[in-house]
Parts: sequence; structure tokens; C-alpha cells
Amino acid sequence: MNPLTLNHYLLASGLLFSIGFAGVLLRRNIITIFMCLELMLNAANLSLVAFSRFHIGADGLPNYNAQVLVFFIITVAAAEVAVGLAIIVALYRARQTTHVEDLVSLKF
Amino acid sequence: MSPILFWIFTALMLAFGTSVVLNRDPVASALSLVASFLCLSALFVGLDAFFIGVIQILVYAGAVMVLFLFIIMLLDLKAEKRRHFNRMTLVGGGAVAAGFVFELLHVLNSFSMGKSPFPPLGVSRLDDVRQVGITLFTQFNLPFQTVGVLILVASVGVIVLSRRELK
Repeated sequence: MNPLTLNHYLLASGLLFSIGFAGVLLRRNIITIFMCLELMLNAANLSLVAFSRFHIGADGLPNYNAQVLVFFIITVAAAEVAVGLAIIVALYRARQTTHVEDLVSLKF
Repeated sequence: MSPILFWIFTALMLAFGTSVVLNRDPVASALSLVASFLCLSALFVGLDAFFIGVIQILVYAGAVMVLFLFIIMLLDLKAEKRRHFNRMTLVGGGAVAAGFVFELLHVLNSFSMGKSPFPPLGVSRLDDVRQVGITLFTQFNLPFQTVGVLILVASVGVIVLSRRELK
């Protein structure tokens, strides 16, 4: 079997991203859309880690700057999920729906 | 990472990712997302990023997805009824995603650096977690503390948002 290359990981990450992207475009449940956003964030993380492993420094170690960036992305994504879900709960209290097609007015 | 493991985990990750999109029940979607994240963390470990793999499981599969499931149960969401699908949305969304994949294949095909195998890793005195920590606390100390402020602001914001009466 051929050895793994960077392109394998980039392709896997791109496919995961496009699955999440298609989900955001196609689904109508706001919570499912939110979960698809998480898929897209994680696809970006996968390509960052693959680049980190590929870019070996002079000391033979992976580039840890990319892994620190992934750490920040995970932290910010966790904060974003908390705020987003709070908004969804507030929206549900006001409108009793999580369906985006029922939410067409900006102000109510 | 052995290629067989890579293919197994990638196939599982993409299959569970597809099932997140296709499932009509939000609980099933959330559990598929957990399984997809577990396969993704296996890929991280295969890329010698052990710390990232562990926090992927702890933070994402643990904390974030528990929050999702908690909200789904709090709102008591039932499986979506089969609605009349908007054909325009289906075609448009599918076309945009397919166009993205096509573009990606085109770019990867002309990216010659990505066709060489991964270089071998040198032997390190320090373990992976320690290296990430050294990088984080020496080169990225200010962003690290800024993220702490961001989390504080986010938690205050969540409390304000979830109060009973929103003006």
C-alpha cells in the first residue's frame, strides 16, 4: 500500500468540510445547522494538524505553532457553542420553534 | 500511522459526518457527531499530535456535545416531520458542495509538495504535551490570556441571555 501523503489528509479534511457545508445549506433545523458548523471547524483543525506534522523543523519536531492554533480554535469554538446554544434557547422561548423557515423576521 | 488505520478512521469519520446531515432526529445527529469526533481524534493521534487528540475527546466529544444533548432534551425536540423539500435548495446546496469538492481535487492535483510522504519524526527529549505547553506559554502568552478574557465575556453573556425576561 502506498505511504500516506499530505494530500490524503487534506482530501479527508476537505470532504469533511464539504459534508458540513452541505449540511448548513440543506438542513432546516437550527441545532443541526449548528452541529454542521462544528464539523466544518474540525475539518479545518485536521488540515492544520496535518500541516504541523508535515512541516518538520530543524530539530526534527513538528511545528507546534499549528497545534497551538488548533488549541485556540477548540477553546473559541467551545465558547461559541455556549453562546450560540443560549441564543437558541432564548429564541425557542420567544417563538417555540427551531426551524429556520419559521424565523423570517429580524425583530419581533 | 499505518495506511489501513488511516483509511478505516477516515471512512468512519466521513460516514458518521454524513449521518449527522442525513438523520432527522437531532439526538441521533448529535451522537453521530460524537462518533465522528472520536474518529477525528484517532487521526490526530496518528499524526503524533497526542495533546490535540486528547483535548478533542475531552472538550468536544465530552463537554461540547453534552451541552448539545442537554439543549436538545431541554427544548424537547422531536424528530423533524418530513417536510416538503425545496427542490431549489437541494439542487443549489448540492451543487455548491460538489463544486467545492471539484475545486479541492483540482488544487490538490497541482500541489506537488503534498504528494511526498510525511518525513520521519526526530527523537525528542520532551513529550508532546510539554512541547505544546512551552510553545503556548512562551510564544503565545498574550493570546492565551486574551482567550481567558473571551471565555469570561462568553460566560457572562450566556447568563444574561438565559435570564427569564429578555428586554
